[in-house]
Amino acid sequence: MTNVLVCVKRVPDASSEVVLTADGQSVDGRFAGFTMSTHEECAVELAALVTAAGGGEATALTLGDAEAVEQLRAALAVGCTAATHVVADPQRFGPADVAREIAAVVRDHEAAGRSYDLILLGNDAADSGDFQVGIRLAYELGRPVVNGVTHVSVADGVVTASGAGTDGYETYRVPVPAVVTILEGGVEPRYPTVPGRMKAKKVAIEERTPAGEPTGPNRVKLALPPPVPSNVQILGKGADAAPAVVDVLEELGVLSR
Amino acid sequence: MIVVLVEKGPDGLAVEVSRETVTFARSLSEAGGGVAIDAVVVGEVSDALREQLAAYGVRDVHRLGGEAYDSFAGAAWAAGIESVLAATTTVVVMAAGTPRGNEVLAHVAARRGVEMAANVLTFGGLSPFVVTRQVVGGQALEEMRLGNRPAIFTVAGHAVEAAPAATPGAATLVEHAPDVAAADLIARVVSSEEPEPDLSGDLKSAKVVVGAGRGAGSAEGFADLVELTELVGGSMGVSRVVTSLGWRPHHEQVGQTGSRISPDLYIPCGISGAIQHWAGCSSAKAILAINTDADAPMVTKATYAVIGDLHEVVPAINAEIRRRRGE
Ligand SMILES: Cc1cc2nc3c(=O)[nH]c(=O)nc-3n(C[C@H](O)[C@H](O)[C@H](O)COP(=O)(O)OP(=O)(O)OC[C@H]3O[C@@H](n4cnc5c(N)ncnc54)[C@H](O)[C@@H]3O)c2cc1C
Ligand SMILES: Nc1ncnc2c1ncn2[C@@H]1O[C@H](COP(=O)(O)O)[C@@H](O)[C@H]1O
Repeated sequence: MTNVLVCVKRVPDASSEVVLTADGQSVDGRFAGFTMSTHEECAVELAALVTAAGGGEATALTLGDAEAVEQLRAALAVGCTAATHVVADPQRFGPADVAREIAAVVRDHEAAGRSYDLILLGNDAADSGDFQVGIRLAYELGRPVVNGVTHVSVADGVVTASGAGTDGYETYRVPVPAVVTILEGGVEPRYPTVPGRMKAKKVAIEERTPAGEPTGPNRVKLALPPPVPSNVQILGKGADAAPAVVDVLEELGVLSR
Repeated sequence: MIVVLVEKGPDGLAVEVSRETVTFARSLSEAGGGVAIDAVVVGEVSDALREQLAAYGVRDVHRLGGEAYDSFAGAAWAAGIESVLAATTTVVVMAAGTPRGNEVLAHVAARRGVEMAANVLTFGGLSPFVVTRQVVGGQALEEMRLGNRPAIFTVAGHAVEAAPAATPGAATLVEHAPDVAAADLIARVVSSEEPEPDLSGDLKSAKVVVGAGRGAGSAEGFADLVELTELVGGSMGVSRVVTSLGWRPHHEQVGQTGSRISPDLYIPCGISGAIQHWAGCSSAKAILAINTDADAPMVTKATYAVIGDLHEVVPAINAEIRRRRGE
């Protein structure tokens, strides 16, 4: 049996225009909507695959405000079987704070009889992009950590994790319990089915308050990059623009050969 | 002292983003009254690498050697940097914002209980030490305070241009063979397959680059784009989405974590123009964007644009080129 904990964060959907809150401390997601990062969607899929293969519980965890329950339900709808919500204002928590809070949940669950062989996180969160919560968590718990892989499996107490790395396609083998951070691209996150959604609604989500006072993210403020004035010359629409495009290619002399 | 983790390419020389990071370190050093810049290199240090780092103003090159460094382990690299820190008074530890750079410095930060800033673009005041970094997928900038010492941060790729120093350094080789704890070697690469051949040299020097992003739709969606690339005698350059999804090899990636290109003409098709992509193509002399969305940043920043489906526009361009060539 393999129990997996997968950490997901509610983040503003940055695919549309980003608007900041008046205090400049966060992104105002009311216009764009919220999601979890694609790395984490893949981590959730891997958690579902690992527990389906070896039996065990796939628990989703988030630290976030009351609305973050939406991301936990989303994870429950695609294969997670339990969820824990540390209810707190995520803007007050820096990466070290979040790692400490996740570690506190892991220890409490362990004391209550549920230990995690594998903890999955995203390689980096889509909003704060700190690239470090997983590594800090590993030090909090005294566990090995593999960073930035796309594939994970567990067999006979060994986690095999792999992905395209700096030195080619790299494979790690570490004993459980371990922490692994995931990059998108290795697995295709499944779509929630209607029965999946129904089941997700019925799961009782464990709610907790933070275990400690956060030290904060060291943020002074956020700003938007200055807008770039546009001087674009539109050559046309669709296939009809082809002659105008080739005129430009000829003018720039890139067609001569 | 400022310590910079320098990564090597297949040729054993410092990769461009590491040279950019040393360049950034120099501007920090100048602002701070000329503190020395040392490099940390894992594994082989050739004379050519030392000469290169000397030209960039590096004082000492700390080489991490020994069995612990035969294959990659993030914790072991961090342990090695710590042994360098133990022997010196270091105020700043930096690396390029690569997968290795972010990973290793996060280990160092966690071990020392200090904060780390990822993907820094610039620094503001020195006391307090404030950096500006990319957040929200590059759509916003964060000013972050780094109150503790050493200040630990990674530099976003292509945030500065790599340039040799006015006064070279000695680049004196200092050997380290630290005792790496067994715990730091548990998570270690046990096997790696040969990387794809790095052909990014062609891309970096190409006069025309045809770009492709998520809009290509699938690996199969590249046929017309490849043909256009051939017709203009250029190279293919793609967005990270394309390499993450495995549609094209990584050496074709343009951007902050890929190559920086400076062709006479860049033709990005189905690429939105996220800031991390822009970091790699902003020095193109002209940009001709093809995109269904007239408001996409790549379109508004381009010199020329066609609004439309690349699967219709690109074949039409190919046909027109062939027609004019009388084929
Ligand atoms: C730390 C970090 C580093 C990164 N490094 C890089 C990097 O080096 N390089 C990089 O590219 N990205 C990088 N990224 C990712 C970057 O933020 C974007 O996610 C990525 O560049 C988006 O790729 P895209 O433009 O292909 O896809 P999307 O943003 O999804 O855009 C697709 C575009 O295609 C258009 N389109 C869709 N269908 C069609 C069609 N049929 N015809 C024409 N147009 C169409 C759409 O209108 C849209 O504009 C990095 C991100 C982070 C956080
Ligand atoms: N508030 C949070 N709640 C749950 N998981 C989080 C939270 N913040 C970060 N994480 C996890 O840590 C990963 C890395 O985040 P970061 O280090 O902030 O870039 C994310 O992809 C998540 O998996």
